[in-house]
Amino acid sequence: MLFQPLRKTLLVTTIMVACAGAISAQTYMRGNDSDPETLDQHKTSTVVEANLLRDLYEGLVIYNTKAETIPGVASDWTISDDGLVYTFNIREDAQWSNGDPVTAGDFVFSFNRIMQPATAAKYANILYPIKGSEAINKGEGEGVELGAKAIDDKTLEITLERPTPFFIELLTHQTALPLHQASVEQHGDDFVRPGNMISNGAYTLVSFRPNDMIVMQKNENFHDAENVAIETINYIPFEDRANCARRFEAGEVHSCSDIAAEQIDDLKSRLGDAVRVAPYLGVYYYGINTAREPFDDVRIRQAMSMSIDREFLAESIWAGAMIPATGWVPPGIGNYVDPQPSMEYADLPMLDREDRALELMIEAGYGPDNPLEVEISYNTSENHENTANAIADMWSAIGINVTYQQRDASAHYAMLRDEKIHDVARAGWIGDYSDPQNFLFLNRADNPGFNYGNYNNPEHDALLDKAANTVDLEERAQILAEAETMLLRDMPQMPLLYYSSLSLVSDKLQGWEDNIQNVHPTRFMSITE
Amino acid sequence: MIRYILRRLLGAIPTLFLVVTVAFFLIRIAPGGPFDAERALEPTVLANLNAYFHLDKPLYEQYFRYLGNLLQGDMGPSFFRRDFSVHELLADGLPVSMLLGSLALLMAVVFGSILGCIAALRQNSWIDYTVIAIATFGITVPNFVVAPILALIFGVALNLLPTGGWGGGHPANLVMPVIALGLPQVAVIARLIRGAMIEALRSDHVRTARAYGLPTRMIVVTHSLRAACLPAVSYLGPAAAGLLTGSIVIEQVFGLPGIGREFVNAALSRDYTLVMGTVIVIAVFVLIFNLIVDILYAALDPRVRYE
Repeated sequence: MLFQPLRKTLLVTTIMVACAGAISAQTYMRGNDSDPETLDQHKTSTVVEANLLRDLYEGLVIYNTKAETIPGVASDWTISDDGLVYTFNIREDAQWSNGDPVTAGDFVFSFNRIMQPATAAKYANILYPIKGSEAINKGEGEGVELGAKAIDDKTLEITLERPTPFFIELLTHQTALPLHQASVEQHGDDFVRPGNMISNGAYTLVSFRPNDMIVMQKNENFHDAENVAIETINYIPFEDRANCARRFEAGEVHSCSDIAAEQIDDLKSRLGDAVRVAPYLGVYYYGINTAREPFDDVRIRQAMSMSIDREFLAESIWAGAMIPATGWVPPGIGNYVDPQPSMEYADLPMLDREDRALELMIEAGYGPDNPLEVEISYNTSENHENTANAIADMWSAIGINVTYQQRDASAHYAMLRDEKIHDVARAGWIGDYSDPQNFLFLNRADNPGFNYGNYNNPEHDALLDKAANTVDLEERAQILAEAETMLLRDMPQMPLLYYSSLSLVSDKLQGWEDNIQNVHPTRFMSITE
Repeated sequence: MIRYILRRLLGAIPTLFLVVTVAFFLIRIAPGGPFDAERALEPTVLANLNAYFHLDKPLYEQYFRYLGNLLQGDMGPSFFRRDFSVHELLADGLPVSMLLGSLALLMAVVFGSILGCIAALRQNSWIDYTVIAIATFGITVPNFVVAPILALIFGVALNLLPTGGWGGGHPANLVMPVIALGLPQVAVIARLIRGAMIEALRSDHVRTARAYGLPTRMIVVTHSLRAACLPAVSYLGPAAAGLLTGSIVIEQVFGLPGIGREFVNAALSRDYTLVMGTVIVIAVFVLIFNLIVDILYAALDPRVRYE
């Protein structure tokens, strides 16, 4: 008697489980690093949000699967000879998800909104190349007109403050996406909610449940809808990378946007080509506080950098998830020289480097007999901790004794920005666009938010200013390379590793190509059974 | 009894006020703010943001503004999840945590008391030793170990259950999280019941009951279990409050949209308003469950009276 209902229950449960476990061919279960802070393009700043907004909206220009810039809403454009005026022609068939045409006015509205101080846009400064924008955003914009105007519905003219060779690529950033003026005016800040949001990309927002998933549906009004294969995307947030890996192995998700470093070897051995490790535009570095003694002595800074075995860090600490750094700007970046500047000792054997480092330390009055005490500050993370431990071990050979200061991310970066009481501090930077300027500006004296080395070299800053006003790309690249060479000589912040993007990609997912920006628009992908 | 409950509820108001005040200032003492991340903000942008969230005002003014809003039932906007209010986030996450927690609690009470009773009745037999071994295992092995192992076995290897995700609250998605969450509680309850039961079985009134020739079932259920429940009940009060307000580990490992995960993320990102919201929810649960325990105590133990 007891067994009959039990068997029934088991059967029902098995069927339900089978249904829950399967994923339909039309639905892309897409892992993302976390939930977005917001879906309001003007208030976003992270990669997580960029991934989502890339599917919801289409900008003037977009990235293809190789992260090359291609026309988006703009069918074509012209640039004036002085490099200051960009005229975009908007494609005739560009439509919002409610059927309204996408107009030049939508972009003008959007650019104006992000610059309003009341919008409190975190990343407004990325669009400061647009004439008048900085003044408006800083509340000094009385009587200032933004350099973005609609000549007619289908012609947009953007005037820049100064020639900016990477401006077209900047427009791929989510802050430059258009907004549907009527719905923003109707709903205010709530225009981002499901049901309110009108978007112009390949997908529209269906639902957003925090910590669960964001569901998007194919936008039938999208101009290229006939070539969009995937019907539905379920974006799932995974702060716990191991959780994504498990669900990937169980066939519950098609891709993971990151892998825990300690799992790479194991996953590679079992999943083979599904594990993707690709160079990424990012640098992992230590800022050395040059405002403090004895770190104002360049010999000490050079000795510190020289004695670090970056190969070991990349291979043993990060399990191949990172690439040893040879300079400040990551390789493969656009608008730059080839070969890129590198630390002059980058190719020397470690033993020679250690000897030279020790000599420099002794010259500066330190060494094994008179050790230098250094505190390494880092934000809480097992990998950062292991990296700091390994470096402490390498430094002990040249007479440096290390202590540690660990803070959570918020406290760590607040300290770096405000108090700057560190000796040596860990930081990282992921580029927003493929141009060396986006990395070199981190060390400007007037950029205290990022200049963790307290570097103050007017010559270096003057080179960056000069590059900013140079239209000729080759000449500009030479000037920037000169600045980087100077930086590597003075070593106020020492590059340790270049980031790689780490992904798990199912063989059922077609159209995912590894690229240096780690961008993967869903509209170009498809799923096979 | 109603007067007692009313008095306790009134007494909870100053406690809650104190919790809100202490939490408000404690989270502000923590270094760093909601807008400090790897990407430092332009000073003007930061100023715009601080003005937007009234963080540029003096702290006492922020405190009174928060209290004022709270009294009107407004817990403010989330600093970190800018598309949601704190109220919405809690309304969304709390039912998930409560469902998981109450199922785990049910599992703990049912299996814990059965195992505890059996072990006590068969004291020093192999059954007893097995239960003690299981209980010790359940208490000592943390759930951040149990949860991924369950997921690896039943999700990845056997493909019997979904490895993670909420699935709209599908029963299959609940099985492993509830087991991982409830297992340590089963262990604790089993041990508490076993200990108290052994003591109760040796007590005078049980011996008297035996002498009268009452059936064993009646002795166990009516006369012993009632007394044996007391330590478990006093343990269950705070434990229930903890279970129902979410577990960061279980929610993280299985990727569930509960408030335990939200609480930790909020604290790490200095989402002041969301931290406050979750603290208030947890405080209310603790107060309510302590009250429930006290009422249950009086019901179970005739020596306890409402004073």
